[in-house]
Amino acid sequence: MSKFLTISPSPHVKGEESVQKIMLWVILAMVPAMVWSFVVFGMGAIITTSVAILSCVFFEYAISRFILKTENSVGDLSAFLTGMLLAFNVPSSLPIWMIIIGALVAIGIGKLSFGGLGNNPFNPALVGRVFLLISFPVDMTSWPVNNNSGVDGVTGATPLGLVKEAISSGTPISQLTDQVPSNMDLFFGNIGGSLGEISAIALILGALFMLYKKVITWHIPVSILGTMFVFAGLLWTVDSEQFMNPMFHLLTGGAMLGALYMATDMVTSPMTPKGQLIYGIGIGIITISIRVFGAYPEGISFAILIMNAVTPLLNRYCKPKDFGRRAK
Amino acid sequence: MSVTILYTIVTLSAIGVLAATILYLTAQKFKVYEDPRIDDVDEALPGANCGGCGYAGCRAFAEACVSKNELSDLFCPVGGNDCMTDIAGILGLEAIKKDPRVAVVRCNGTCENRPKTNTYDGAVSCAIASSLYGGDTNCSFGCLGCGDCVEVCDFDAIKMDPETGLPVVIDDKCVACGACVDACPRDLIELRRKMPKDRKIFVGCRNMDKGAAAKKACTVACIGCTKCAKECPFDAITIENNLAFIDSDKCKLCRKCVVVCPTNAIQELNFPPRKVKAEKPAAKVEAKPVAKKEKPAATNNEESTEPKN
Amino acid sequence: MLKTFKIGGVHPAENKFSAGKQIETLPIPDMVTVPIAQHIGAPSTPVVKKGDEVKVGQLLAQSAGFVSANIHSPVSGKVFKIDDVLDSSGYKKKAIIIKVEGDEWEETIDRSTDLVKQTDLSPKEIVDRVAQSGIVGLGGATFPTHVKLAVPQGMTAEMLLINAVECEPYLTADHQLMMEKGAEIMVGIDLLMKAIGVKKAIIGIENNKPDAIKHLSQLAKEYAGVEVCALKVQYPQGGEKQLINAATGREVPSGALPISVGCVVNNVGTAYAVYEAVMKNKPLFERVVTVTGKSVSKPSNFMARVGMSVSQLVEAAGGLPEDTGKVISGGPMMGKALVTTDVPVTKGTSGVLIMREEEATRRTMKNCIRCAKCVSACPMGLEPYLLMTYAEKKMWEESEDSFVMDCIECGSCSYTCPADRPLLDYIRLGKGTVGQIMRSRKK
Repeated sequence: MSKFLTISPSPHVKGEESVQKIMLWVILAMVPAMVWSFVVFGMGAIITTSVAILSCVFFEYAISRFILKTENSVGDLSAFLTGMLLAFNVPSSLPIWMIIIGALVAIGIGKLSFGGLGNNPFNPALVGRVFLLISFPVDMTSWPVNNNSGVDGVTGATPLGLVKEAISSGTPISQLTDQVPSNMDLFFGNIGGSLGEISAIALILGALFMLYKKVITWHIPVSILGTMFVFAGLLWTVDSEQFMNPMFHLLTGGAMLGALYMATDMVTSPMTPKGQLIYGIGIGIITISIRVFGAYPEGISFAILIMNAVTPLLNRYCKPKDFGRRAK
Repeated sequence: MSVTILYTIVTLSAIGVLAATILYLTAQKFKVYEDPRIDDVDEALPGANCGGCGYAGCRAFAEACVSKNELSDLFCPVGGNDCMTDIAGILGLEAIKKDPRVAVVRCNGTCENRPKTNTYDGAVSCAIASSLYGGDTNCSFGCLGCGDCVEVCDFDAIKMDPETGLPVVIDDKCVACGACVDACPRDLIELRRKMPKDRKIFVGCRNMDKGAAAKKACTVACIGCTKCAKECPFDAITIENNLAFIDSDKCKLCRKCVVVCPTNAIQELNFPPRKVKAEKPAAKVEAKPVAKKEKPAATNNEESTEPKN
Repeated sequence: MLKTFKIGGVHPAENKFSAGKQIETLPIPDMVTVPIAQHIGAPSTPVVKKGDEVKVGQLLAQSAGFVSANIHSPVSGKVFKIDDVLDSSGYKKKAIIIKVEGDEWEETIDRSTDLVKQTDLSPKEIVDRVAQSGIVGLGGATFPTHVKLAVPQGMTAEMLLINAVECEPYLTADHQLMMEKGAEIMVGIDLLMKAIGVKKAIIGIENNKPDAIKHLSQLAKEYAGVEVCALKVQYPQGGEKQLINAATGREVPSGALPISVGCVVNNVGTAYAVYEAVMKNKPLFERVVTVTGKSVSKPSNFMARVGMSVSQLVEAAGGLPEDTGKVISGGPMMGKALVTTDVPVTKGTSGVLIMREEEATRRTMKNCIRCAKCVSACPMGLEPYLLMTYAEKKMWEESEDSFVMDCIECGSCSYTCPADRPLLDYIRLGKGTVGQIMRSRKK
């Protein structure tokens, strides 16, 4: 027997879950997509991923140790995850120094400046990505050739970028069919793009694992993808020459990556199912609006960041299901 | 080109004038009359917004001063008499004088004096620990050491001593706002009259158990033996619930009670070392280490003066 | 699909090591300590004094008010002293200490084990007998049973719910009691139904006790209106409001009592105590206590007299293991950690759980990651993360507006938090403070 008995308020048992485990599960869920990106982009992807992860972990350690002088939080794996997500969001040809800058922004500004994991209002990896996108638009949007892609046309731009360019120059969509990859190619990832966004199937596999582990609930992904589908579908029915079909929207431009991995980030998404649904619908509408009407071909990063900012408000007004309080 | 500049200047000026007019009109329309003296009083206050006066903040206190038109039950403990005289000057009223006070922690249950009997592993909060159980020693009246008082202090005037596990008041910084008094679930902190040179004599114990039980839990517990009350020439000491209390308004710092206290529960702080008598309690400590483990008053004294000077 | 309550809940590892262990009767110790506050409400007033001879079942302390309960002597002997003793939370509380001499029972108590089924007592007489016998809720809350049975004016009870859920992990006292005293429990339920004037009773049992469900269903065939309801294993199903919701689908409104939806809930152990009190004239002075834990060599169910030292029970279960880190009175979710094992068994002691050192300490708290697991685990639909923040920041009004008073302190939030935040610790603080504020407002 130890020296003294321990006294603490109830409960005296604790569930198995921990922050570290949740992070680990998300990381595991991302492995299929990561492996696919290695297959498709080769060494470039491996270098990008390792640099992003290493620099995120390094900055987390260095900043919390030497600048903030707080407890070292590398162990919770959240920096590792941020690095991985950041790598998923950049092209594999991105210069290494840019990745490092992205990691610094993601960890330093996106996360630790707010007080570390749990206090950041925005998804750190997205902050890093958007910073890079705005600072180095050329490097961030020149995609390397996809080795497996059977379509010759998609070598310099993502399908979304291609379509955007075509539409703005007045080309009707029916003339693009031989340039735009088929839905099957999109689904399995035989396209160009950022590391993690190319293969919808790999991302969905990972998401199913997260659902099984209860890291995420269905509300956010379903509401985002559903809204995008409905909104894009409406536009498509109105004029299929001006607007792409909804499946195309779901499968391109990181919509899957965003809806399944970025928007579902616990810290920056609402807490109640109702809030999560509103949040998802918001992301869906903003994403399609940016893609169709905005200047950027791709919009989900901005949509998620915008809705991240709305999250505190949603938390405030969307209360959980009540028990016995309906009268009030 | 010059026409463009001209246009710009004219447009901007026009917008400026228009905005100014709107602002002026709105300000006039929604103007609320406020006694200008409130601002003056607010100015005279320390501006700490500590709530020690019983009002929500300095502004609320200033409003109360002006609206009540008398200062008999208004006192800013932070600013003290000087501040109240200033306010009285502004309002043309009479200010009451109060002795400056200082917070005193009435527990000396250090790890040595009061052995632990269990380990607390709940949330670090005295309020939570106190509502859960009697504490990690056998004394259910003493300091829990989670630092609720330190947390509420706006003036950094109370610090945890890592060695003793007890809070220490830094006299120079303490403004007697009373936040720590309210925060302590064990009612250990008292605001006592500030004595010359920060000297203090007080009963460093709140244990209301019977003597034997109290003594068993903590070597420096007050056992309610009444010796001090009998010794006190100024009737400053009362005994209630097996516990002595020294009224700081009556105490004249003669230190007679300290000498007679059999458990060293009465503490004296910031006194110069006693010439002859200081040796005695120290000698006793060495002779009977089990019975009296408390550090001699003189050592205590030096320790607590250090951070202040 | 098995029934359960509609929102929230967790499922901790059950660890029912002592399931199926026969209830053992313990030898009577030399000295017993009977606290005078063993129930919710006013502490009782002692009616014996130092030196008095007492018999088993004799009244020791009288109920002091409506919400209070009589306390009877668990042993025969001489009152040694009435003094303040350390209670389980380290505060001094008054207790009657009796030096045991022999085992002489009051003559009025029927000590035979024959099952008595028939009675011609009126409902009021039953309630009186329950009050006389000092029966309190034996699930652990120790709310005086006669108060529950007194249906307030203007309200009618529609049904009786028997709480045989035993949703706390580790504990098996109720389970074993059902297996061994099923027939008596059924009579007790019949008496309770008569006392509150209802024709329907539901016995809620969680699905992890199939033998008890089978046994009681068999017995219930003899009684019209009594049915056994198997429930999905989900903590905190044993909470009154959760049980009502699970078994009937009704929702007790915020701040109201179960009677507002026509239900009266009693524990299965209470039903047994009611049987003994009414049919055998035996007041409540002993109860079944589970002694268990991962390192306990002999996890057991004991019939223990009130006032026995917990250490005696622990000894009987094989002694305090070497690696003991924490001793809990009650279950792991809502039980109370003990400062020492030298505290008496009371009417509310449903179990003694001994936890190993490595289980005993909490992990360090981390930042909230807003995973909302506490929100989805809360059976009352509250937002624990928010209530904790309010309590930390002393925002009592906001706490009240967020329904902190609805918290049933089940601990599901703290259990589920991946960041190891002491949610319930702070919510309890908030609840206590808001409660005080509300009471002072009423005055």
